[in-house]
Amino acid sequence: MAKIQTVKFKNRPVIIGSYSIVGPKEGQGNFKNYFDYIMQDDRFGEKTYEQAEKKMIQHAIIGAIEKAHLKTSDVDLLLAGDLLNQIISSSYAARDFSCAYLGLFGACSTMAESIAVGASLVNGGLFNNVVCSTASHFSTAERQFRFPLELGNQRPPTSQWTVTGAGSCVLAQSGKGPIVTSATFGKVIDWGINDVNDMGAVMAPAAMDTMLTHFRDTKTTPDDYDLIVTGDLGKLGSEILIDLMEDQGIKLGLNYNDCGQMYFTREQSALSGGSGCGCCATVLNSFIMKKLQDGKYKKVLFMPTGALMSTTAAQQGETIPGICHAVVIERGEE
Amino acid sequence: MYYLWVFLIGGFVCMLGQVLIIKSNITSARILVTFVLVGVALEAFGLFDYISEFARAGINVPIVGFGASLAKGAIGAVRAKGLIGAFTGGLEATAGGIAAAFVFAFIFGLIFKSKTIN
Amino acid sequence: MDAKQRNEAYNNYVKAKIPKTRPWPTLFYSFLVGGIICCLGQGINDLILLWFPNMAQQTAWGYTLIILIFLASFLTGIGVYDKIGKFAGGGSIVPITGFSNSITSPALEFKHEGIIYGLCVKMFTIAGPVIVSGVVASVLVGIIYLFI
Repeated sequence: MAKIQTVKFKNRPVIIGSYSIVGPKEGQGNFKNYFDYIMQDDRFGEKTYEQAEKKMIQHAIIGAIEKAHLKTSDVDLLLAGDLLNQIISSSYAARDFSCAYLGLFGACSTMAESIAVGASLVNGGLFNNVVCSTASHFSTAERQFRFPLELGNQRPPTSQWTVTGAGSCVLAQSGKGPIVTSATFGKVIDWGINDVNDMGAVMAPAAMDTMLTHFRDTKTTPDDYDLIVTGDLGKLGSEILIDLMEDQGIKLGLNYNDCGQMYFTREQSALSGGSGCGCCATVLNSFIMKKLQDGKYKKVLFMPTGALMSTTAAQQGETIPGICHAVVIERGEE
Repeated sequence: MYYLWVFLIGGFVCMLGQVLIIKSNITSARILVTFVLVGVALEAFGLFDYISEFARAGINVPIVGFGASLAKGAIGAVRAKGLIGAFTGGLEATAGGIAAAFVFAFIFGLIFKSKTIN
Repeated sequence: MDAKQRNEAYNNYVKAKIPKTRPWPTLFYSFLVGGIICCLGQGINDLILLWFPNMAQQTAWGYTLIILIFLASFLTGIGVYDKIGKFAGGGSIVPITGFSNSITSPALEFKHEGIIYGLCVKMFTIAGPVIVSGVVASVLVGIIYLFI
């Protein structure tokens, strides 16, 4: 028997609510008209940036539950993750919800990971309402992975801007909304890149691997989708992915794009684009969901990538492993 | 008129740091370490005073000057006190700058909060 | 093609793919800002000697550096120094002001982890290696001078 990577959801789990919250800089970006909430201040009224990130997740979870016309007591399971050590933002946010909780770490691919796991559990009839959520914050990520904010240094052109934002969605057995029809769980791929400022190059091979597996397992081609979107490969990473796919004989056309690359306007000097869990999570739960509901898109392949990096391993000279999970989201019938 | 020299040499030293950043993408900690060691070496070979004579602040304000003071202090104290001077001289000569950096960082660290740049 | 060859080929491919930035603007700005900071230092030094003509040159330099360190630390606190650093690069890292910035910036960044373990410990993340390497090198130089 062949190894299973792709699963199909015959019972059609529905995304009945989705919510996105972003920081002030993100609120001026290309998706500004789609977000549910734009923070005026990226401390969000809290003392530290870590607390702000936790509050963002809570805000996004409650927002998604309300948009699904549910109460917090209706939720059975919370699936969440973020970038900080021991995924504190998610776990600490989960204290305030009286439901089962699974903490996930897929770096920036967490949104797809949580939807894939959540859809599997809902599809199997095991849970009724599952909330998937993730967040990232520029200032907490900088402080953990790079340098203090006030240090006067220059960012290399390949570096990306960690998006301050959180996204959540509610998966249910039935209801109105876009449907998760299949998912491809990715493998950890490492092609020997150790430049911590070049995440696009780290993750592009993982995206290629998952994409090839997905097209093979589902017997589809890029033309079958209205939109194929990667998470935060950025400008450089998505160009690399297009090259890698071309080497494999698959041409990615105009329906391919990358959330990180689209996120900021040219004037916002985000270098290679946006990144972080919040990058693709906020785009999915605002722009993409809206377009699916409007009927602009019928079938979307959402495949965020993650660089499973730790500063300790990077300082010890280890190369950085990447991962990519894919979920297919289709427009539900009216 | 010597301000021109200060500007030219100071600017040139800083530009060397930028060349290092562009060529090897190194972090600011490595740049500072490199330039301190360069300063120590310049003083050890007795070159620093020649440059300092006409470059003045141009070579003393860059962190190279900090390395040179360390070495100069150590050398001077060795001549005056012997072996113990090698250990006491460097920090003695630079104590003012180091203590100032700690004190101001401590005070401003308590007063101000970090902000996200946009 | 085995994994090692593939990784090598991929690394080379990525290296060629990385967009080349034009170095001249950043080199110019680092020269300009570095030069200005040095002139500022010279100016402070000259003023001190003007007001206190009897002061030794060495002491005047000490005060000059302390004033520069103070200014950089203050500018870091109000969030200006990182903006200068963004376009000046080496121009604001190499002068003693960059050293001051590298101590103050983690101090304010990590104060929420407490005065002892946050502020005081993290102050040394960048300054620590600088001071340690400088002191070790200077002690070595001192010992060598003992024998010549």
